Order: sequence, then structure tokens, then C-alpha cells
Amino acid sequence: MRVALFATCVNDAVLPRAAIATVRLLERLGVRVDFPEQQSCCGQPQFNTGYRHLTEPLVRRMERVFDGYDHVVTPSGSCAAMVRDNYPRIGAKAQAEGRGDELARAAQAVTPRLLELTEFLVDVLGVTDVGAYFPHKVTYHPSCHGLRMLGLGTRPLGLLRAVKGLELAELPGAEECCGFGGTFAVKNPDVSAAMGADKIANARSTGAEVLCGADNSCLLHLQGMLRRQNSGRQDAPLRAVHLAEILAATETTPWSPA
Amino acid sequence: MSGTYLGMPAFPQAAKAATRDTRLRANLRHATHTIRDKRARAVGELDDWAVLREAGKRIKDRTLRHLDTYLLQLEEHVTAAGGTVHWAADAAEANRIVADLVQATGETEVVKVKSMATQEIGLNEALAAEGITAYETDLAELIVQLGDDLPSHILVPAIHRNRGEIRDIFAEKMARWGRPAPEGLTDRPADLAEAARLHLREKFLRAKVGVSGANFMIAETGTLVVVESEGNGRMCLTLPETLISVVGIEKVLPTWQDLEVFLQLLPRSSTAERMNPYTTMWTGTSEGDGPRDFHLVLLDNGRTDTLADEVGRQVLRCIRCSACLNVCPVYERAGGHAYGSPYPGPIGAVLTPQLRGTTSAVDASLPFASSLCGACYEVCPVAIDIPEVLVHLREQVAGQPGHRAERAAMQAATWLFEHPAALAAAERAASATRALHPRRLPLGPAKAWTETRDLPQLPAESFRSWWQHHHTEPPTPPEPTS
Ligand code: SF4
Repeated sequence: MRVALFATCVNDAVLPRAAIATVRLLERLGVRVDFPEQQSCCGQPQFNTGYRHLTEPLVRRMERVFDGYDHVVTPSGSCAAMVRDNYPRIGAKAQAEGRGDELARAAQAVTPRLLELTEFLVDVLGVTDVGAYFPHKVTYHPSCHGLRMLGLGTRPLGLLRAVKGLELAELPGAEECCGFGGTFAVKNPDVSAAMGADKIANARSTGAEVLCGADNSCLLHLQGMLRRQNSGRQDAPLRAVHLAEILAATETTPWSPA
Repeated sequence: MSGTYLGMPAFPQAAKAATRDTRLRANLRHATHTIRDKRARAVGELDDWAVLREAGKRIKDRTLRHLDTYLLQLEEHVTAAGGTVHWAADAAEANRIVADLVQATGETEVVKVKSMATQEIGLNEALAAEGITAYETDLAELIVQLGDDLPSHILVPAIHRNRGEIRDIFAEKMARWGRPAPEGLTDRPADLAEAARLHLREKFLRAKVGVSGANFMIAETGTLVVVESEGNGRMCLTLPETLISVVGIEKVLPTWQDLEVFLQLLPRSSTAERMNPYTTMWTGTSEGDGPRDFHLVLLDNGRTDTLADEVGRQVLRCIRCSACLNVCPVYERAGGHAYGSPYPGPIGAVLTPQLRGTTSAVDASLPFASSLCGACYEVCPVAIDIPEVLVHLREQVAGQPGHRAERAAMQAATWLFEHPAALAAAERAASATRALHPRRLPLGPAKAWTETRDLPQLPAESFRSWWQHHHTEPPTPPEPTS
């Protein structure tokens, strides 16, 4: 089984801990992981902002870079959804524009092999107890792309429930969007912030120390708000942590905040 | 808010005020959450909801594919049943037709059933300009009309008002339009309903002309269908001598059998009821029963253009249930007025820019008024993939003038992502200077981000760099588990 990591541009440049945790977790589970270094970005920011043509070279790149792997694993629900939902559309639109089926075939080649981390763990490896240890109170935000586009269902919560020492608190209004939405966060900053503030208030109401998610773009937005809020707060700080970091933590190599 | 959509600001500006209006936020939050929970229960009762939804989608798609055929069939049957069919290419033409029809009766008043199509074309204002007064008879529409306000929800146009505000509007304004509100009116729902009933009864009994829309039109018999909850529709559709219905061309269904599917999908999605209280169906005119004169104005107003768009055309499946509004986190916080049209929420964000184009500030901003969370698509009873259409429309807007800086930034990003060595160098440079990066920035998108959020602190090294320098292959690759 040849497995490649698609780290995603955000994890690579800004939040590498999730990608590092994914590598450690998979290796602990006996999976040999490659990181093809010619990879970069799936094109989601361009596509969702209305620049479909600018994503086309990235579709081809994804196909080239991950050619030959049985599975491409990514610790990002929205990037997985971008590839699985939108690559076929990009291919179809190019065809409709009379540019042949080259893009459609590139999309078709990579799309079925790309899996979000929890899909790979549960569906391919068949594990829910990954042997992790995380002695903290955690609440889980199922980001929209994972929830609705990929249909991750109970996979993330199943994995969290099996973590030793972890106390899981149900997040009120869990299915509501956190307000990130890519360029939405800057094009509609007031609505985005109002949504984020409600998400955080719900998370705080659980008394959890950790707001866990499987999508670092959402966590970037939430952690940005938390850091702004935390300065000057008296109560225990809440922090956003990627699911991969929790699953990678063990008694011998525990999670540490910084 | 005064009763016009002209010159509305772009969505983000309008929404800014709404997010700070705590009373509005509380009203909307309460109302949308109540109805969304009820809808989930009503839909959950049916084992075959997914199949119904698929059937609804396919019936609409098939009908839209052969729309010309079914419209001609409809015209033939309406005419044979004693009605008259008029074709209106746009709002101005539709308004002209209706005004002429009313003037031909010699009347200066009409009673109206709640109708999205007549709001879309601004019929009340057009009639007023001709000296004709249109009375809204749906309770929430009445509140909006008396308050010189604009609707902010498809099903509950006065959703932004609470009971106290409604009481004040009735007490102050009813007298100007007809029978005044009773002395000492309270904000109890039963009292408010009674005040509306007394005020409206006078109009129902006097009016000689009724104006409506329709939820469905059945091509095989020429029958129109209106579903409603209050009975005001039944009054307007049966008491007047002349009935004028203005209906979008996409509302046609081929057969009665098709209607069966939609009479299940619509009430459960809309009011969370198994069945709506009033379903009025009429076919042309009948001797000694109901209006003697029936006119059907078939409205295009951008629908044919929408139909020509392969991705965008799916919005013509919409049955105006408003389920997408009730689950939308953006609608809940921005309110309906920010959408600058009678169609607020997710459906408005994809319908208005197609019907009106994307030249005005508000219309160009609508496709971006979404985080693409997909909650709307999930509940839509005819499976309109609203996020797909939003992104499709964003492409159209991004191609318009005024996006030079954004396009350049996106091009630069793609270039960098196409050159991983340059990307790695950029990451190294960013990490090396990370101690100098501020958490707030004064301009542009960065300002929009940092007004409420810190910028992330960049890592000491990128993942790429970690992989090159610190990652070591596991010593003996063991057999994969499972
Ligand atoms: S788009 Fe779908 S959910 Fe929204 S109003 Fe139309 S039919 Fe209802």
C-alpha cells in the first residue's frame, strides 16, 4: 500500500503541527507515508472566490504529484471536499468550454484516491482506537465540509471517544458553521465574526479546554478569535487543536501546547 | 427601512448594521431556530423523504426541459376553461397588464394574496402610481405594509418584528388604511390576530378585484394552486368578481400526479406542517361560483435567461418554501433586508443575481454572502445545490471590472503554488521574520481579518522544512495494520 500525505498549503506554511502529527500517527499505526515535495495547494481559495481557471494548473499538479499512490491522505476536510466535489466540476466545465477531456481525466485520476484523515483511519485501516492519550476535556466542531460534503458522520467522534484520558463534551449547535468560509471571512467580516463568536460561546459553555476540529482553516479563524478574547480573560483559556494532534499524542510523547 | 430596494448598499455594509442590532438578532435567532427544529421533526416523520426530494427535483427538471410545451398546454387549458392568459417579458410589462386590467373594471382597490412574484415586479408601487391601492391580506404582509417596511423572509415577511413592535404598528397605522385597531390593543397573539381579522374583513367584503400569485399551475387542466395558512387567500381567490394571478413561468407542473409530490414537500419544508391548512385550486371560471373574470399573467422577468445557464438553471426548481433561510447562519445574523430584494437568504443570493444581473453593488455582492457551509442544500426539498450556484456566480462577478487587485493576488498565489521551490523559500523568509509580524493590520483584507481575530503566529519552520530536516523513516517498515 503506497500512501502519500497531502499536507495542504495552510498546514504546510502556517500550521505544520497537524501535518507532522498526521505523519507520526500514521507511522505509529504502521503506515509508511511519503510527502511528495512537488505538492502545494488544491486550489480551493481560487475556486471558491470565483477564479476557476486559476485552479486548473493545480488540478493537473495534484494528479501528477500523487500519481501511483494507492491513497492520498489529508488532514483537512475542506481540501478533501474541494478535490472530491469540485475537481470533477472543473473537468466538466473545461469540457463544456470545448477544451477536451484532459482536465476531466486528471480530476478523475486523483479524485477517488484522496481521503480525509478520519476516512483513511476508519475505512482503510479499520481502526477507531489509535492508541492515543490526551487527558483533557475536549469538544468537537465538525466543520461543514467534513460534515455535509464528505459525510464524515461518526468517524471523528468515534476516534475521539477511544482516546485514553479524553473527556468528550457535546458541543451545542455543533452543526452550525463557524463563519470562516475562506475569503468570506474577509469579504463579510462582520457576519463571519458574529458566527465565530457564537461558535466560541457554545464551545466555552461546555467547560472544555480544547476545541477540536479536523479542518485547520476553520481553526485558524477560531484560534485567532480565541487569542484575541483570551488576552484579558480570567477563566481558563480555551484553545483550538487539530484532531490529528490529539490522535498523535501518547503517554510517552504527550501533546504540548506550544 | 422605507419600502424600496433601490440604491441598497452591498451586502457586507447592510449586514454590518444588522449584526450589531441585538433585538433583531434575538428575534431572528429565536424564529429561525424554532422553525428549523420543527421542520427537522416534520421531515423526519417520512421514511421516503429522500425519494420524494429526488422526485421533486426530477419532475421540475423534466418540466423545465420542456417548459415551452407545458406553458402552451397550460395556456390552451386556461383559455378553454374561460380564463385569459397574458405573457409578460419583464416587470414593466406585467405591471402594465395588471394596471390595465384593474382600470378596465373601474375599480381603484384590489385585495392581495401574499405573492413573491408581485413583490419581485414591484406591483403595489406600480399600481399606486396609477391611483390603485393594493391591500395586502396576509398577516405578516399586512404588518410590513402598515409599517412602510420591506419583507425580510419569504414565508414570514415580518420575521424581524416581535409582538410588541407589531402591536405598536397596528395601533398607530391601521386607521390610515381602514378600520382602526381596537382600543387598548395588547400584544397577545390572539388580540393581534383579531385586530387584523376585523381590519381585513372590511376589505374582503368590499373588494371587486383580487390579485394573487400561485404555487403551482397544472398544464394538463389549466388549474392554479395556492397553498396558505390563514384563509385570507381563500377569501381573495373566491370573493372578488375579477381575479388576476401573476405567476412565474417556472411554476408550471405537467400533471395532477406531479402535484402530489409537491403537496408533501412544500408544507413540511415551509411551515413544518404535514399539510397546509388551506389549498385553493381553480380552473378558469365557473358559472355562479367564484370570480367571473380570471386573468393569468405569465411572468418571465429573467427566467428564460436563467434557464439558459446550465449550472444556474437549477434555481428555477425552487418552490419558495424558505427552509434554506431558516437554516442559514448568514441569514440569521444579517437579516433579510441585507439581500436587497424580496428573495432573501440563500435562495435570494443565487436567484436575484440571475434575475437582475450582477451590475449593482448589492447584486454583485450576493454570491459572496455565504460561507458555503451547505446547510441550505441539505434541507432544500428540490435539492438545489446552492453552494455550487454561488461559486458559479462568483466566477461571473470576478470577471467583471473592479477585481484587478483580487485577481492579481489569486494569480500570484497560483504562481507560487506552481513553483514549490519558490514557495519553500517564501515560507523560510516568513518564518525567519516571524517575530516581527504584527497581530493586527491596518488595511484591506488583513484589516477585515484582524479587526476581530489575531493573525496566526507563523511557525519556526514549515512542514516542508520539517520533513526535509527532521523526518526520519521509521526503522523497519512494519506490515500495515488491518
Ligand atoms: S431554494 Fe430550496 S430550500 Fe430555499 S426556498 Fe427554494 S425550495 Fe425552499
